[in-house]
Amino acid sequence: MTSLVLLEFDDSGIKQPSRSAVAAAQALGEVHALVAGANVGAAAEKAAKLPGVAKVLVADNPALDHLLAEPTAALLVAMAPAYSHILAATTAIGKNVLPRVAALLDVQPISDIAAVVDADTFVRPIYAGNGMATVKSSDAKKVITVRAASFDPVAAEGGSAPIEQASVGEMPGLSKFVSAELSKSERPELTAARVVISGGRGMQNGENFKLIDPIADKLGAAVGASRAAVDAGFVPNEYQVGQTGKIVAPDLYVAVGISGAIQHLAGMKDSKVIVAINKDEEAPIFQVADYGLVADLFNALPELAAELERS
Amino acid sequence: MKILVPVKRVVDYNVKVRVKTDGSGIETAGVKMSMNPFDEIAVEEAVRLKEKGVATEIVAVSMGVAQCAETIRTALAMGADRGILVETDTDLQPLAVAKLLKAIADQEKPQIIILGKQAIDDDMSATGQMLAALLGWSQGTFASKVAVEGESVTVTREVDGGLETVSLTLPAVITTDLRLNEPRYASLPNIMKARKKPIATMKPADLGVDPAPRLTVLKVTEPPKRKAGQKVGSVAELVSKLRTEAKVI
Repeated sequence: MTSLVLLEFDDSGIKQPSRSAVAAAQALGEVHALVAGANVGAAAEKAAKLPGVAKVLVADNPALDHLLAEPTAALLVAMAPAYSHILAATTAIGKNVLPRVAALLDVQPISDIAAVVDADTFVRPIYAGNGMATVKSSDAKKVITVRAASFDPVAAEGGSAPIEQASVGEMPGLSKFVSAELSKSERPELTAARVVISGGRGMQNGENFKLIDPIADKLGAAVGASRAAVDAGFVPNEYQVGQTGKIVAPDLYVAVGISGAIQHLAGMKDSKVIVAINKDEEAPIFQVADYGLVADLFNALPELAAELERS
Repeated sequence: MKILVPVKRVVDYNVKVRVKTDGSGIETAGVKMSMNPFDEIAVEEAVRLKEKGVATEIVAVSMGVAQCAETIRTALAMGADRGILVETDTDLQPLAVAKLLKAIADQEKPQIIILGKQAIDDDMSATGQMLAALLGWSQGTFASKVAVEGESVTVTREVDGGLETVSLTLPAVITTDLRLNEPRYASLPNIMKARKKPIATMKPADLGVDPAPRLTVLKVTEPPKRKAGQKVGSVAELVSKLRTEAKVI
């Protein structure tokens, strides 16, 4: 039984959610990793170093640049006969590509798994994580996206897998990449950060998110937000933590001015330590917080910045 | 052009759902049901495309129990022109839904199918992508902006690091994200008018689709509960506890 994992990467290497997907695949047997895109030689070298990867397959083709759904799915479908399981992390790319692969293989995908029970059986959250469903697939082949926060990622280095070329067939030209407008940030990515500080509706506007910056700088934290803050236009959607945004499980999660709607909790309740700062002592966020501070965030945030600066 | 909008009946966004005590699923008896919020965004976008003169007809489709007709009525009240209900008591999973929608699309021949990026009950986030695959169409998922230009549609997508814009050859499947638009409330006159709009009813067999689920739910359990921790009295105390007790900073 061999699994194929679609990897995502940037200049700094294989992304952490993909390394978590490799960890999930290891529970199923031998793991092969796919590096697809345009000019991806360097990424393939990095993939070969992932511990637990038995082989790296490289599909280097201009049509695969940006991993658009239509060509990437066609590639995975062409490679599928050799594999029992096809996996990717539950990211924008994984969610876009893998269901397309599944449909082409006549398979019901298993989205966002949080645990592997056996080769056919997996645990996945439903209803914003209010239920954990154990599901058994009757399909011969499984197509799976992996909730990165639920699996400790494999290390970035330590392995030395052979690299082979995947045969790239004809690619459908149904869509074209036009442009990307990616947030420039020196901060770690939300899903990979050890510390996350999120602001909610209590921040009142986007400008006030600057109060979080010095604290995030000091702690090396990523900055997130609740859906309410995104809805209100304070920050862009990629900040969103929750059922319909990103799922995070950092060592420390600080919720500032966030009431704690169930949809937000769905995205962060697996964090190791949760801190809540809110002036409403009845806010539901305090029911999940390890440390709660009832305070006006406009006083507490500058104080917190100063306190961290002091020592 | 014709637009097809699939809409799903789900437990209302504001309901605090409970796991059934026998672990067989989520308690849905007597619970308020509504249109999946992302599908409302899809209906709104279709209606706006019609208001702009891009679309000529909007067909809302729902599938499942007979009460899904109410969800279709909501779409009709928002501005869809007619409805199709595929009635079945089978637990419909995204693969079956995608096959049923493909069969309907083969008959209706829409140029755009627009639907929510995910349903807030099963959180699968799969149907749109699967439908595009079965039809052999392009897909623009997690859309925050949609612009139809001649034979193509430009879709700006919410991706992990920001926004990505793709140009899709029509026909195409588009799935909606949060910021695409703010759905309207149906006015009373429009709700009245919607009652007169036609809804065609059919069964999966009429469409030649076997809707049997491929995933069996063995059990549903409550997620591990977090216990409320302690309140701290000051920022200084918080920092000190995070350092010495939790050891996370």
